[in-house]
Amino acid sequence: MTDVKPHTPSIQANEEEARILPSGEKEFFFDVSTSDLEINMGPQHPATHGVMRVLLRTDGELVTGAQPHLGYLHRCAEKIGENVEWLQYLPYTDRYDYLSAMNNNIGYSLAVESLMPDLEIPRRATLLRTICAELNRIASHLIAYGTYGLDIGAFTPFFYAFREREWIQALFEKICGARLTYSYIRIGGVFNDAPPGWLKEVGSFCDVFEEKWQEYYDLLVVNHVFVMRTKDIGVISEEMAYDFGLTGPMLRGSGVDFDLRRDLPYMDYQEIWDAGVYQIPVGRGEQGTLGDCWDRFYVRVQEMLESIKIVRYCLEVIEDGDVIGDVPKVIKVPAGEGYVGIENPRGELGHYVHSDGGKVAVRCRVRAPSFVNLAVLEDLMPRTLLADSVAIIGSTDIVVGETDR
Amino acid sequence: MSFLALVQGSVMGTPHTGGNFISRLLDWVGPPEWVPGWLLVLTTIGIGVGILVGLVSLIAMFSVWMERKVSGHIQCRFGPMYAGGWHGWAQTIADGVKLLLKEDMIPKGADKPLFWLAPAIVLGGIFGALAALPFSYDWYFARMDLGIFTILALGSTTTIGVVMAGWASNSKWSLYGAMREAAQVVAYEIPLGISLLCPLMTLGTFSLLDASREQATLFGYDCGMGWAVFTNPFNIAAFVIFWIAALAETKRAPFDLPEAESELVAGFLTEYSGIRWSFFFMEEYAAMFLMSVVGSVFFFGGFESPATAMMRAAGTDGTILYSLVCLLTLVLKGFAGVFLMMWLRWTLPRVRIDQVMTMGYKYLTPLALLCVLLTAVWEFARHAVMNG
Repeated sequence: MTDVKPHTPSIQANEEEARILPSGEKEFFFDVSTSDLEINMGPQHPATHGVMRVLLRTDGELVTGAQPHLGYLHRCAEKIGENVEWLQYLPYTDRYDYLSAMNNNIGYSLAVESLMPDLEIPRRATLLRTICAELNRIASHLIAYGTYGLDIGAFTPFFYAFREREWIQALFEKICGARLTYSYIRIGGVFNDAPPGWLKEVGSFCDVFEEKWQEYYDLLVVNHVFVMRTKDIGVISEEMAYDFGLTGPMLRGSGVDFDLRRDLPYMDYQEIWDAGVYQIPVGRGEQGTLGDCWDRFYVRVQEMLESIKIVRYCLEVIEDGDVIGDVPKVIKVPAGEGYVGIENPRGELGHYVHSDGGKVAVRCRVRAPSFVNLAVLEDLMPRTLLADSVAIIGSTDIVVGETDR
Repeated sequence: MSFLALVQGSVMGTPHTGGNFISRLLDWVGPPEWVPGWLLVLTTIGIGVGILVGLVSLIAMFSVWMERKVSGHIQCRFGPMYAGGWHGWAQTIADGVKLLLKEDMIPKGADKPLFWLAPAIVLGGIFGALAALPFSYDWYFARMDLGIFTILALGSTTTIGVVMAGWASNSKWSLYGAMREAAQVVAYEIPLGISLLCPLMTLGTFSLLDASREQATLFGYDCGMGWAVFTNPFNIAAFVIFWIAALAETKRAPFDLPEAESELVAGFLTEYSGIRWSFFFMEEYAAMFLMSVVGSVFFFGGFESPATAMMRAAGTDGTILYSLVCLLTLVLKGFAGVFLMMWLRWTLPRVRIDQVMTMGYKYLTPLALLCVLLTAVWEFARHAVMNG
């Protein structure tokens, strides 16, 4: 951002830089330009989805440089993990990606459980975890769907998405008492069993949601104005996606068929995949270039339907039984190191935990998908229009609580 | 003719038109001989401005409430439900009081006089444009033979206010909003004006009153349904162009780029708050109503509907009831247009600035010109057939 050369405008056609267009015409670059404008998008800006700041360098409507600045929501989550007991840290995991708290709980619990080989997790607990994780994925993608509509300027899809999200939150409230920060999934299982009739209600939610999904599709996904705004914008090629270490819908939007639920299975996802229940949606460049904003967005929208299929399978096979393994009140984790990465709605959420056999972790490190996915902004945003840069930020679907932790 | 006489002539009406309703009110009151002429002129202007301000406020307040209800019902909500009791009818009044009582803030580094002047210019422009609007065959502030020119010219002055607001705010987001507004309005004034030429050719008048009167007869039969869109198919295409351009002119979604709250925070409104902000808000709703009424006058018959035709057939035209029916018809048509604008806003995403420019210059302007050409041919043929 600092190496901007002083510019002396001159009004003469620059013959050397003239390019031959495909039509055979000669294009001239007139060497006239205004000075760049430096402008802060954020920390309080409607498009940054929280408190992120992007320092933009613009030439009129054209963005010539972008630099994301983080840290406005830093709460020392990892350091806290080294100072509180194993179980006490669990509520903190809710708070980094507050839109997918169930998945965060699972990620941390699995990482701790990986150090406890003697601990056996009941099957009902695993299935309840899967149901909650997938419902949470739908809720999270509904927010992604709605807020992306807001970024593009469509208000109504947001409310449609919240209508169904509200039901999911009510379901979670019934099972654990909280609507946003659940702490429902515990080390060794889940906090308590589902209340009577809960699984049935989840089933009826699945039926209704599949109908409503068509509404989302018609209202926004194939809306002509929306498609015109998001196709061919912010194209991430396959190589670029690998280079930046992107995961989740960001990676699949570029056409890479990679999902941790299938490729590095945890819990009972292997069994569900083998049962042939769900597919992994990948971007196919249907509306424009492969890996554009629309592809990433559509991958998320399709994933909601796949999650419904997983929930349906779990509801079929679930049986009565214990919901938590034999876990003491004060957990002492055997010495060792463990890393478990899970497929969060936003990508690979990795927890690295290091124990010396005591009540408190020695090191607790989080690989946050939003943080890694965010890095690509700096390369995507230059040479786009100001409105496109908003579309690009929206398509990365970051949660600032997670980038900063 | 002195200036005052000119003002008196235009405001109070000339003898052959019968005068507008303020001058008739004065006739009815019958001011004594010793009251000087200039005082009468000032009084009429004062009463006219008073009525106009009240009218604009009323339209804006109703439109805001309507927008909240319409958007609410589109989005599976109810909208305001508590203020005032019945469906939150008093919500806008409560909002207005709140906005009036808010702290009057002018940001540090703002160009104070311009910052202060911008809302006034915006509101003044729209007041002026609305003053040229007739509300019935008998009720108007000023009888203007070039009414549509006046409306378009005065309506465009709001752009100056918006650009001024954006510049004076000393905020980069505001400046962006102002530049977008300028670019957008320049691009869409052209198709707006050209598309209006089609009904102007069909009706053969620039006056809103005469335009309405022209649309009374369909195939020589006075049924109140001889609307411009029914007598000439190219007027339908012209109306679509007019409507898109009107959306862009009034900064309504999907052309709300000057505000673009997800891109530019609030565009040119970023630094405005309280009552100053509400002036811009009022302007937006008044402009929506104005554009809808202009559209209905030149494309959809204005005051004309089967109801007015029936009253004419019954020989009750010229009464107050007839004027009221005319007023009601126009207001209903106007708010139908406002509803259409709201419906579009809460359904469509926002378009991008390059798409806005492309659409304006590359598609709408040539299409509008084509419409004018085809309308000319159609009208020529129609007159040739009708006159043998």
